[in-house]
Amino acid sequence: MNTETENKTQEVISKKMRISGSEAVVRCLMAEGVDILYGYPGGAIMPVYDELYKFRDQIHHVLTRHEQGAAHAAQGYARISGRVGVAMATSGPGATNLITGIADAQIDSTPMVCITGQVPSHLLGSDAFQETDIVGISTPVTKWNHQVTKASEIPEVLAKAFYIAKSGRPGPVLVDITKDAQFGELDFEYKKCTGVRSYIPVPKTNPESVKAAAKLINSAKKPMIVWGQGIILGKAENELKAVVEKAGIPSAWTILGASAIPTSHPLNIGMVGMHGNYAPNKLTNECDVLIAIGMRFDDRVTGDLTKYAKQAKVIHFDIDPSEIDKNVKTDVAVIGDSKDSLAQLLPLLDAKSHDSWLQEFKDLYAIEFEQVIKDDLHPTKEGLTMGEVLKQINIESKGDAAIVSDVGQHQMIACRYSEFNLTKSNITSGGLGTMGFALPAAIGAKMAEPHREVVAIIGDGGFQMNIQELGTVFQQRTPVKIVVLNNEFLGMVRQWQQLFFDKRYASTEMTNPDFVAIAKGYHIQAKRITKREELADAVKEMIASKESYFLEVCVEKEDNVFPMVPSGASVSDIRLS
Amino acid sequence: MNEEIKTFTISIYTENNIGLLNRISAIFQRRHINIESLTTSQSEIDGVNRFVIVVNISESQAKKIVGQFQKQIEVIRAFYHTDEETIYTESCMFKIKSSLLFEEPQIQNIIKESNTRIVTVNKEFFVLEKSGRRNEIESLRRDLNVFGIMQFVRAGRIAVTKDEMKVTEMLLAFNNQ
Ligand SMILES: Cc1ncc(C[n+]2csc(CCOP(=O)(O)OP(=O)(O)O)c2C)c(N)n1
Repeated sequence: MNTETENKTQEVISKKMRISGSEAVVRCLMAEGVDILYGYPGGAIMPVYDELYKFRDQIHHVLTRHEQGAAHAAQGYARISGRVGVAMATSGPGATNLITGIADAQIDSTPMVCITGQVPSHLLGSDAFQETDIVGISTPVTKWNHQVTKASEIPEVLAKAFYIAKSGRPGPVLVDITKDAQFGELDFEYKKCTGVRSYIPVPKTNPESVKAAAKLINSAKKPMIVWGQGIILGKAENELKAVVEKAGIPSAWTILGASAIPTSHPLNIGMVGMHGNYAPNKLTNECDVLIAIGMRFDDRVTGDLTKYAKQAKVIHFDIDPSEIDKNVKTDVAVIGDSKDSLAQLLPLLDAKSHDSWLQEFKDLYAIEFEQVIKDDLHPTKEGLTMGEVLKQINIESKGDAAIVSDVGQHQMIACRYSEFNLTKSNITSGGLGTMGFALPAAIGAKMAEPHREVVAIIGDGGFQMNIQELGTVFQQRTPVKIVVLNNEFLGMVRQWQQLFFDKRYASTEMTNPDFVAIAKGYHIQAKRITKREELADAVKEMIASKESYFLEVCVEKEDNVFPMVPSGASVSDIRLS
Repeated sequence: MNEEIKTFTISIYTENNIGLLNRISAIFQRRHINIESLTTSQSEIDGVNRFVIVVNISESQAKKIVGQFQKQIEVIRAFYHTDEETIYTESCMFKIKSSLLFEEPQIQNIIKESNTRIVTVNKEFFVLEKSGRRNEIESLRRDLNVFGIMQFVRAGRIAVTKDEMKVTEMLLAFNNQ
């Protein structure tokens, strides 16, 4: 919080006053330092919108064009900034439209508070107009949720909501507020929540477990680190880098861990998982000690669990005790905050370099380069590749852009080839794989950190899942850069059909509209390119633009993403073609 | 991994919150675990509720779901125990035609031998109540079934552990933080 918002916070909490529940909602948001929220009005949340109108100079409400857009925008805001994203919707259809974004935030541990309106409490359970049991519906996909039926409960519940959303392993929280609670009055006083009796957000790191981990690491001949988003959420980037460098350990990342250590770091050996790099996947089954930090052994990362790192001793650092032994049996579990645990680990480590082991990664990289990367980045055939577009974006943004990718082939290409100098630069839907994520998430990211270059990379399929948010870009004048990689296919599904379903392209071919005309219809600068000669200039023009910019690149229709660990196969069976 | 399936009693100490039953049942549902019985009541600690849930699962499943319960914001502590580690009882009621009580002297013997209590008798029917282990109740039910049971109901298991569960301590530690 800067001092300005801090002063505001003081102001909204200093005096006890008699106000309406809806005004209390807005004052609570301001007290939590919320400067932007995303949403869509409707009958059951109108009193709160009326208050937002009154406070519009202090808190900026962004009208998205669909509640799913609001949820994803709040996620983008949270992912790039580490602050809590806020989304608001009316009851019934408004609330249910938030659900995909909430589920996405839950599986990707994104701090988000959703506020929904609800029918008056005397109508609850009567199938009233626009009544849905949103608390029931959202239960399995929220970290916590609660229904408020009295104005007086609002400050305490919202304080708790923010505390739960951002503490420990972050996640989405939903607060449903009945209309009578919004109209009711209360003596307002706001106290931030500092604890919930039954909830231990950050278990204390046990020094014995750190010692045991250090001992294993010091004795390892072929250690390997796989880090995940826990590093970014725990703000442990520097601690991780220090550990990696001191112990000289080749280190790989999961899709959500991307950018925590710069891509160019000599011990950064690339991405693990289904479309990760060849070396870290293969050598997972060769290392003698596997150190997993802030990652949860997702099945996209491990492939066949019965053949995953069986030879290795496994050390697992995680803030969430329920992740330990959930998928992979560990030899040493270090439960706690990654920043704290790694800081404790560092002095216990021997300074080492594992040169010949690192060389094994480099040798496999050379193979991957020859068979895959060269053709992706420096293609000789006529059609444009997704890889060369990413390469050009790296050149023009100098690796400082935040890349927000949607879901599909372009996502894998974006994660594989983006150069990340700065942390929190890879914003994508990892665990849920939600098409339609990128455009609204990019809007949220750009609004949260306006000084950063934000480039959305989207497929022609996913773009059309939330294309309406171009309206938000236009109305808000959010200078995001939008790149649609158009292969006229639901590319990733088509790839699977080609490889595993005999090339039967069932419903994956897309006849697309004139995207440039659509973007221009929203008064966004737009360009389509189809040839390699146009690429460099177009990307240059896009990055140089001070305003939002839409670039459609018509890419090769039937390119595939490799390497690939076929689903259900072992990570060592990773294919290069 | 063909682990042995056993009966586990899962105890969950929680804050008293309306939505929590939903969260707890969802955790079973997602993993396709069938609940054999479920009891919820107050616990020894003021303002703290306790769920006692009986399931037939493997130990590693038990460990994982307990981790998932523990993760819920309003769950204070969760435990799992085998039958050997708990003292438990279940209770049941039978409603039987009154005429049988006089026509079938065998019924009186069953009542006496099984330590079953007569709750009420009237002209139409009489009601029996019994607490005990599941197998005792089952065998009583088999015995009475021969004569015809008008209604039968069994309540969920209640259980206490043989060793201490340190929930109070944990709550105190939190309050002192
Ligand atoms: C909401 C949603 N529906 C369906 C899918 C399944 N799916 C995964 S990738 C993909 C194809 C994406 O196509 P496109 O957006 O054109 O990107 P490309 O793979 O061609 O880069 C689909 C349909 C999904 N991930 N999300």
